[in-house]
Amino acid sequence: MPDNDTTPAIEFQGVGKRFGDNVVLDGLDFTVAKGDRVTLIGPSGSGKTTILRLLMTLEEANDGLILVDGQPYTHEIRGGKRVAIPEKRRSLVRRRVGMVFQQFNLFPNMSVLENIVEAPIHVLGISREDAVARAEDLLDKVGLADKRDARCTQLSGGQQQRVAIARALAMEPEILLLDEVTSALDPELVADVLGVLRNIAETTDITMLIVTHEMQFAREVSNRVLMFDGGKIIEEAEPEAIFTSPQHDRTQEFLRAIL
Amino acid sequence: MNDFWNWDHAAAVLPQLIEGLGITVLATVVGMVIAAILGLVVAIVRRSRVRAVTLPVGFLVEFIRSTPLLVQLVFANLLFTQFPSLAVGCVVLGIHYATYMSEVYRAGIDAVPGGQWEAAVALDLPRSRTWRAVILPQAIRNTLPGLGNYAISMFKETPFLAFIYVVEMYAAAQAYGGANFRYIEAITLAGLLFLLVSYPTSLLVRRMENRLA
Amino acid sequence: MSDKINKLVDLLPQLGQGILVTLELTIAGAALALVIAFILGLGSRARTRWARVPSRVVVEFFRGTSLVVQIFWLYYVLPLPPFYVELDPLACGIIALGLNYGAYAAEVVRGSINSVPTGQWEAATALDLGGVHRLRRVILPQAWPLMMPMFTNLLIQLVKGSALAAYITLHDLNFFIGELRKGTTDTVFAYTVGLLLYFVFAYALTLIMNAFEARAKNKVGQGPSLREVLRVAPVQTGAAEVRS
Repeated sequence: MPDNDTTPAIEFQGVGKRFGDNVVLDGLDFTVAKGDRVTLIGPSGSGKTTILRLLMTLEEANDGLILVDGQPYTHEIRGGKRVAIPEKRRSLVRRRVGMVFQQFNLFPNMSVLENIVEAPIHVLGISREDAVARAEDLLDKVGLADKRDARCTQLSGGQQQRVAIARALAMEPEILLLDEVTSALDPELVADVLGVLRNIAETTDITMLIVTHEMQFAREVSNRVLMFDGGKIIEEAEPEAIFTSPQHDRTQEFLRAIL
Repeated sequence: MNDFWNWDHAAAVLPQLIEGLGITVLATVVGMVIAAILGLVVAIVRRSRVRAVTLPVGFLVEFIRSTPLLVQLVFANLLFTQFPSLAVGCVVLGIHYATYMSEVYRAGIDAVPGGQWEAAVALDLPRSRTWRAVILPQAIRNTLPGLGNYAISMFKETPFLAFIYVVEMYAAAQAYGGANFRYIEAITLAGLLFLLVSYPTSLLVRRMENRLA
Repeated sequence: MSDKINKLVDLLPQLGQGILVTLELTIAGAALALVIAFILGLGSRARTRWARVPSRVVVEFFRGTSLVVQIFWLYYVLPLPPFYVELDPLACGIIALGLNYGAYAAEVVRGSINSVPTGQWEAATALDLGGVHRLRRVILPQAWPLMMPMFTNLLIQLVKGSALAAYITLHDLNFFIGELRKGTTDTVFAYTVGLLLYFVFAYALTLIMNAFEARAKNKVGQGPSLREVLRVAPVQTGAAEVRS
């Protein structure tokens, strides 16, 4: 259960993002409370992945502010102007956000264990013994304890994704971003990965932002669903409500197409 | 006169350098024509399934490709004294670069999608027609950037011809330097002239590469 | 024929020297080229203009002017005013080879780093690995196997370029060919032997570089380990071996 701190985990204030002439987000406002499990749904190009990428500083917003735990993340207002925050300060926030990618993106030149301990040791400054202990514990939780010293390329897609989840969790992030993490997997491997994520949702307080097509999973895990279209939130509700009786036309259309 | 740079000498050597540049460009053009044609022939021959053909040809290509052009030039020039050195030089340049070009063609031919061959078979086109009308036009398009880059490379290797007494641009610089005991303007200007020709050309080749990509 | 072979044997010490000088030029030149390649290659990717622009300028300069001009500039012009630097011929050769091929190799370094999949860069960012750390631990180890084939090509070109050294008074392999020709008065014999020697040299280097490449690929999980590649016995495939 989240504690009594009511500062939102994430806050978007008037965020705009365009790629050349293509405006993906325009004046977006929304908040995510600590411990929320938010699923973002909507057609491709609607801006859901862009939101995750902005939170991971893989993209930079053109307008507006993003706040994490009440503090500006990449830009702030100083003397009435929107100013970029220097890298050193961004880094301190960035390490509190973790991301799992659709393509796993494990480092092929390192073993499974090395992938997981790399950032805790060099970014968080944890000792090697502690990092390894944490890594082994996480590998156990994702069911891959025996793959500790394996080369990543020797693992199946589902196994690699579970390692990627362990790698992200090793940083003990407050916010976990999941970008279509099962879309690149063969169908029979999807269940294991979803099982791990379900476990995380049940046993931790981590704030989760999920982009997924796995609607059943979204219903089970999230407490909020946001429907995006054209860079705006067009509907928001609890999973049961939105899946059984969507209010907006576009939502109805979208859900009809995919469910 | 021991001053650093003398503009009089620079002015005096420049016409000789430009004249040498003419020979340099000529050698490059002739050499590349030979290389382009011979390279294509070699590439096609190497696709043969007859090992008695591909093995010796393969060995010869590797041998020429991995041994110094300079040594090959001097060797040929000493052997073929009846021919003018420039001619010998162009032919050796052509043969040497043909070995590079055969690789470029091979890659270009391999890059033509397999489906093209299959479509030709389905239409019952004879092999020679398939090559002429379907494969080669596509393969050659793939090879143009490689051709361009090797042309530039050859241009910068023409100074080797100086060592078989062909008065291309570097030889002109060296000659002036030796005669007047003033090397700095001659060699520096020669280098800058090489840069002046090769750099813009390489930008053009890069642009062509991007457009063909 | 036998008298020619005899002459070759007589000249064996000179051959040894020739090979040694060529080897020195090759190894030292290649080492310098590698260092320059990384400095210029990484420099041309820097975020600040003050590193990027000079790097690109230096690369295009040494690629665009000819190796012959470079080597003779160092040999003839450097001792003169205003430089007054007199390098010994071996140094001239090594520096010219290193600068020229280093510039080409810099492009290989830059291109290979750019070829590392975007996902790797993003994963490193997601873990908040800083720029230098990311390069050192994630990107370069993956860029390295991409660089190897092109480095091999450049190395062979460097060996071929080293033949110029004979024209700045160095007694390298090319010089030896001249000596052999004088001794046997047989051009074809001397040059054929000489070219064969260069060929063997180049082939040996290629084999060594291929071994390095195999090792580099193995380290990123892209191929068998060197031990597996070199082993004489066939790799166990799990299927029963048929014996007659």
